[in-house]
Amino acid sequence: MTVNTSRRSFLKGAGAAVAVLAVGIDPKGALAASTSEAGTAITPFVKIYADGTVAAVIKHFEGGQGTSTGLSTLIAEELNMELSDITFEMAPSDTAVYNNLFFGALQGTGGSTAMANSFMQYRTAGAAARDVLLQAAAKDWDVDVSELTLANGVISGAGKEGQIGEFIATAAQIAVPAEPVLKAPEDWTQIGNTQKARRDSHDKVNGEGIYGMDIQLDNQMVAAIKRIPQYGATVASFDDSAAKDVTGFIMAKALPNGAGVVAYAENTWAAFQARDAIEVEWDLSKAETRSSDEIKQQLLAAVNTEPQWQASETTLGAASTALEGAAQVVEREFFLPMLAHATMEPLSATIAATEDGGVIMYDGAQGPTINHATMHQILGIPMDKIQVKTLYAGGFFGRRFNAGADYIVETTLAFSMTDQTRPVKLVWSREDDLAGGWYRPAYAHKVRVGLDDAGKIVGWDHRVAGQSIAKDGPFEAFYVKDGVDISSVEGTAENPYAIPGMHIGLTDAAPATTVNYWRSVGHSHNAYVMETMMDVAAAAAGQDPVSFRLAYLPGDTADQKRKADVLKLAAENAGFGKPLPDGHFHGVAVHKSFGTYCAQICEISIDEDDYVQIEKYTAAVDCGVAVNPDVIKAQVEGAIGFGVGHIMRDQITLDGGVVVQQNFPDYEPLRMRDIKAIEVHIVKTNEAPSGIGEPGTPPAGPALANAIAASGRDLVTHLPMTENGVEFA
Amino acid sequence: MKLTVNGQTHDVDVPPDMPLLWVLRDELQITGVKYGCGIAQCGACTVHVDGEAVRSCQIPVGDLEGEVTTIEGLGTPDALHAVQEAWIELQVAQCGYCQSGQMTQAASLLADNPAPSDADIDDAMSGNLCRCGTYPRIRAAVKSAAAKMGA
Repeated sequence: MTVNTSRRSFLKGAGAAVAVLAVGIDPKGALAASTSEAGTAITPFVKIYADGTVAAVIKHFEGGQGTSTGLSTLIAEELNMELSDITFEMAPSDTAVYNNLFFGALQGTGGSTAMANSFMQYRTAGAAARDVLLQAAAKDWDVDVSELTLANGVISGAGKEGQIGEFIATAAQIAVPAEPVLKAPEDWTQIGNTQKARRDSHDKVNGEGIYGMDIQLDNQMVAAIKRIPQYGATVASFDDSAAKDVTGFIMAKALPNGAGVVAYAENTWAAFQARDAIEVEWDLSKAETRSSDEIKQQLLAAVNTEPQWQASETTLGAASTALEGAAQVVEREFFLPMLAHATMEPLSATIAATEDGGVIMYDGAQGPTINHATMHQILGIPMDKIQVKTLYAGGFFGRRFNAGADYIVETTLAFSMTDQTRPVKLVWSREDDLAGGWYRPAYAHKVRVGLDDAGKIVGWDHRVAGQSIAKDGPFEAFYVKDGVDISSVEGTAENPYAIPGMHIGLTDAAPATTVNYWRSVGHSHNAYVMETMMDVAAAAAGQDPVSFRLAYLPGDTADQKRKADVLKLAAENAGFGKPLPDGHFHGVAVHKSFGTYCAQICEISIDEDDYVQIEKYTAAVDCGVAVNPDVIKAQVEGAIGFGVGHIMRDQITLDGGVVVQQNFPDYEPLRMRDIKAIEVHIVKTNEAPSGIGEPGTPPAGPALANAIAASGRDLVTHLPMTENGVEFA
Repeated sequence: MKLTVNGQTHDVDVPPDMPLLWVLRDELQITGVKYGCGIAQCGACTVHVDGEAVRSCQIPVGDLEGEVTTIEGLGTPDALHAVQEAWIELQVAQCGYCQSGQMTQAASLLADNPAPSDADIDDAMSGNLCRCGTYPRIRAAVKSAAAKMGA
């Protein structure tokens, strides 16, 4: 087997039997230390090798959001070493040890939880490793531990000095403290350090980083799938005679779940060609046949009728009464289309038999527990003979984790239909990715806001309609409360604004396709509507949009104060309200998501031909303790681009149930020229760390929409903007 | 058929219509070059042929004329190319999947235009997609690399 392990090349030089100290949480929840041979199944958060190498074991996969750096920083801090001197390894699949503390018995990454979950866990593991190493050195040298210090991989004191790898055998015999003393914030040198020392940078600039798509095992077959053309279709029959003319074609088999026909080939190019040559007769009797316009009209009709579910304490009746007494009512109707994740790396995973009768899957795995359980269920192989090797993911934005575990199931099924002697690598083409389902659902909103004579909000009737992501799926209990799928209304419900008389109603729409979590989930549409409506209300009240918002963030709670503070910080830095050059306009939006507060001011210019150019975003973010400030800035920069790019010009549409968009010309992502500059300011705080992968996304679209409206144009309420009257330079 | 990649000559037995991209990745196991769209819309597969940036997904290997350089051959582990150094210093990469293509594209730009303006950079780089949105840092890194190369 020839897996490229160049990232670990430091191990090769150290020989086959490398002693290693592993410190972490054992399956009973206690901190524990053990020694082992490198490569055996050890499951801690920090490993110390005999040569003194320190590796952080990363349980949250690295899809660009910076977990490999963030979690390594916590270990480096407690071991008194530089971030640039620590290495990392992705954790194996072991739910008992590496579960996400917010997800229960599930090892996985999502909801911007990686740092919030790991902040105490990894610092504790690092501190415990420091303690046992110091005690080991004290024992070996027969001195008092209080005489010793650890810094930069060296223990010194009592006239002696030694690198930490020398003490791992002794350290493994020492009881690990359950509650080691953590370094005080004032002693931190790595946490909060603005250094640019991402742990994954070198791999990613020299071509050595290995993604799921890059796995090349000896004798592997490459599989590509001829997929169902629309939601609900199944394979009736197929003819692969034309595929047999493709050099490298091996065979074709229909997936047992009816979701397509697998073409097996000797290489990717042959697999794609053979797949395209297969003729399939589809059973469309249960297939979606609606077109997007029809679905849009159904959603808009739904928000004009009484909602199915109440998602607020305030009833519709109470909000209606408040609106009847209002001096003026402003209302808007919104439509936000289906969106694709379109990760740069199309999906791919590889599965192979192992020598002990088990299997291993190589994947940029967002939820290793799901990979593990899928292989167990489909192949009937015991859980303890299944391994998941987590690789770099070429972006995710939520795509790699869904209720159907789609590509993981496909990879396993594709393997199960062979004699299982050859590894099988499943590769998705870009067409598979864009037309293959699992989208951010489409939503309609209708909002009516009542204002009194003084311009104060007295009532807010907010109705949302869209397909539930969680209902009838494995995560229903987690997301659905009293009929309300919280992911449909998050960001409108539980918004820190103190808005009186606010009713939120939800209506579930009939499924149009498979739907999924998409960067910032419900906030991606709720923030657009909330934050543009705040501008509409401010304009109706004749007030400045920043001070209008601040009136609903009086600081009675920390939640309101933090949201107000980021708004003020962004507005100050952007010079909001100050004169701009001719043809330039500012728009503002502020939103809390995943425990993090982010405000953005978007500056646009509009030329004489009405082309809009985004000149600059000025953002402020409060995500609690900023563990890696430059990574946080990068996440906000990227999340702004991701958010606004889709608002500008992206949509997934159906024509008779069939997805129209097939590749990038049809689904045109943000490109470099679209935004001239982004500036990010981070609030200094001692609050616990919260999410950063997603919170930059929700405000980006409404800040742009509000800037365009500030030019005197109508607010864009139906998206994408390019389909609704806006042209970009 | 023979082709030269990163200074090494290889003999491959593949159909002549197989795109260079897949010959590099599947036959030669040079995986720094990435597949993103297959239709020259994303730039993830960018390599140099005789120093010029091209989309390797669009070149049938039978039509290849010239020597190929991929990200693996742009610099060496001990002596990275100026764009690679700048990419590390400015912490450009997030998921990193597009960055091999971005860097080969940037290196080609700088070979032609040692001191590009923002508009020059945007023009040369807007064919390379980055779904993580690292564009502001790419722009800054291209300028930083230009300064290094001019120094």
